[in-house]
Amino acid sequence: MAETLTIGKALNLGLRRAMEDDAKVVLMGEDIGRLGGVFRITDGLQKDFGEDRVVDTPLAEAGILGTAVGLAMRGYRPVCEIQFDGFVFPAYNQIVTQVAKIHARSRGRLAMPIVIRIPFGGGIGAVEHHSESPEAYFAHTPGLKVVAVSNPIDAYWGIQQAIASPDPIVFLEPKRRYWEKAEVDTGATPGPLFASRVVRGGDDVTVLAYGPMVKTALQAAEAAAEEGRSLEVVDLRTISPLDLDLVFDSVRRTGRCVVVHEAPVTLGLGAEIAARVTETCFHSLEAPVLRVGGYDTPYPPSKLEEEYLPDLDRVLDAVDRAMGF
Amino acid sequence: MSVSSATTEVVDPVPGAAAPHLPEQPDLVQLLTPEGERVEHPDYSIDVSAEELRDLYRDLVLVRRWDVEATALQRQGELGIWASLLGQEAAQIGAGRALQDGDVAFPTYREHGVAWTRGVDPLHVISLFRGVDNGGWDPVATAFNLYTVVIGAQCLHATGYAMGLQRDGAEHAALAFLGDGATSQGEVNEAMIWAASFSAPVVFFCQNNQYAISVPLERQTRVPLYQRAAGFGFPGVRVDGNDVLAVLAVTRAALAAAREGQGPTFIEAFTYRMGAHTTSDDPTRYRLASELEEWKLRDPIARVKAHLSRSGVADAAFFDSVEAEADELAKRIRTGTVEMPDPPGTAMFDQVYAEQTPPLAAQQAQFEAYQASFEGSEH
Ligand SMILES: Cc1ncc(C[n+]2csc(CCOP(=O)(O)OP(=O)(O)O)c2C)c(N)n1
Ligand SMILES: [Mg+2]
Repeated sequence: MAETLTIGKALNLGLRRAMEDDAKVVLMGEDIGRLGGVFRITDGLQKDFGEDRVVDTPLAEAGILGTAVGLAMRGYRPVCEIQFDGFVFPAYNQIVTQVAKIHARSRGRLAMPIVIRIPFGGGIGAVEHHSESPEAYFAHTPGLKVVAVSNPIDAYWGIQQAIASPDPIVFLEPKRRYWEKAEVDTGATPGPLFASRVVRGGDDVTVLAYGPMVKTALQAAEAAAEEGRSLEVVDLRTISPLDLDLVFDSVRRTGRCVVVHEAPVTLGLGAEIAARVTETCFHSLEAPVLRVGGYDTPYPPSKLEEEYLPDLDRVLDAVDRAMGF
Repeated sequence: MSVSSATTEVVDPVPGAAAPHLPEQPDLVQLLTPEGERVEHPDYSIDVSAEELRDLYRDLVLVRRWDVEATALQRQGELGIWASLLGQEAAQIGAGRALQDGDVAFPTYREHGVAWTRGVDPLHVISLFRGVDNGGWDPVATAFNLYTVVIGAQCLHATGYAMGLQRDGAEHAALAFLGDGATSQGEVNEAMIWAASFSAPVVFFCQNNQYAISVPLERQTRVPLYQRAAGFGFPGVRVDGNDVLAVLAVTRAALAAAREGQGPTFIEAFTYRMGAHTTSDDPTRYRLASELEEWKLRDPIARVKAHLSRSGVADAAFFDSVEAEADELAKRIRTGTVEMPDPPGTAMFDQVYAEQTPPLAAQQAQFEAYQASFEGSEH
């Protein structure tokens, strides 16, 4: 059945379906029950599934993740909502020292099928701590998987796949794109969660993005096409593990690669990807892999976020530089 | 471990049940009733002159007007968001006016009333919510720290600052602000452990406004919050947060004790968030209008006005003059907000470090060159 859904609504329906499919799925978070979450992603779920399955937690992120570990040990599948990216840090200790390591330490005897949903990224005119892109911290932590969705279809299927997955997953939701719409065929068979995807074919430059920047990259490709330049856009989708085979194939054809993310460039995902692309495609490269990202500054006050965040022009500027080599 | 049922009042946990959820509060310090009647309390007394009373009234009215104006400005697209203090004026003015020179306040993001008492320019506070600045004012010159959005973090800062005061032999205190929801954070509990352990001159001032966004108090606690202090080993007191005199008296006493080396106190100011959590919030989704109606009867300003009029300490001319001053303030805030310039793009590179690092300097140069490439073009 095809329906037009926003990313937010697709997540809501995906969560609903995951809860119907598995009685062990428990949603936990601040304001997710009665209010339905500050972004309404869990709207109506407490009403339909009850307070035991959609839990309004005390205001304590370490508590949310720490108790999720215990619930997971008891066979539950906790889906934790962190209200905003900047508020995951009180839980960072639990995520990094416990959630990420317990499977390995227990030699697989204890599974940690925990999903940590985080609305991430900027562009909504918020005050500080509401616009962060913390993905690299988690991708740098062995034992965690990290995915970022960019569209309603991936949101709908991705959240279900993440919940069904045996590993802990940081599930990043592009908050400024929550209201973007697409047709979602809820009867379709989804592709794999941990796979990158070419979302626009092209020959001149390979542009890599994930989460909110996929739309930006597509806009850049559109604008570039008007100037006779053909960009291939890849939605990375999975940040850890990275799935780069299709990227390598693309770069071998185009010879040029630009990575785009909102997070600061230094030691961001772009750094890892540039290294891997260079290692694998060295002889095909016509230009160094270029990165477009946030500056190495604290996320600025919202009046400056347009200048801080990569936009179509900054992607095109990098494309120009890649072409100029 | 056993819990004494004689002193521990267990609150029925009813998430989302009709509120006001708490029964009549037994140990509530009150000096001015909702009807505006002065009453005495055995442990807390206050001697306020007619002039002080009028000043407190003026404070209350002016911060409310500031708040109402800011909410309107947000509605008109001039601010990204606004966190209203509506209903919490007495708690904030009472606490703020209890501070003395040398004391330092550590606010959350809602303490506009305390900012007012410290002489912080309302426009500086507004600059934060307009997205012009991440700080807004000079925390050193005002002895009013920067707002802290990450719930509870400032409680540890206040405690550490207090430990510094103690080391220096300075007879001042730190005043940490927090909400009812914040009491669940690990860091807040750590702050109370440190404060007790080092007998630090810090006062924890918790505005229990009954909600953490949509989550009612019962989700955070099964005992009245002020009783938590006993477990940490210092006194806790619950004060009528809508009674500016009681808040002033209780906070003064706690700060004085801290300055004298008697260690921390936890104050629970029992109040109500009369507005939405922020302008992004819709409280009709989680609480009943009747609850608000009930709290309107305990309005923090109306009772002071009633008392002032009844005791003949203020006349119509006084109330008119305060109104006029509020109108003036609102006008200044409006004009100042609308005319507030956007920061230059390069501002984000400033003060990231004591001295800008070479890589960041290079990045800033790149940024400037990139911006300059658009000059004269249509972008
Ligand atoms: C660590 C952290 N988690 C979540 C949030 C999002 N948040 C902002 S205010 C708030 C509720 C705070 O409630 P309370 O402490 O009672 O203060 P109040 O807003 O009622 O003044 C929440 C959950 C945050 N700012 N910081
Ligand atoms: Mg509260």
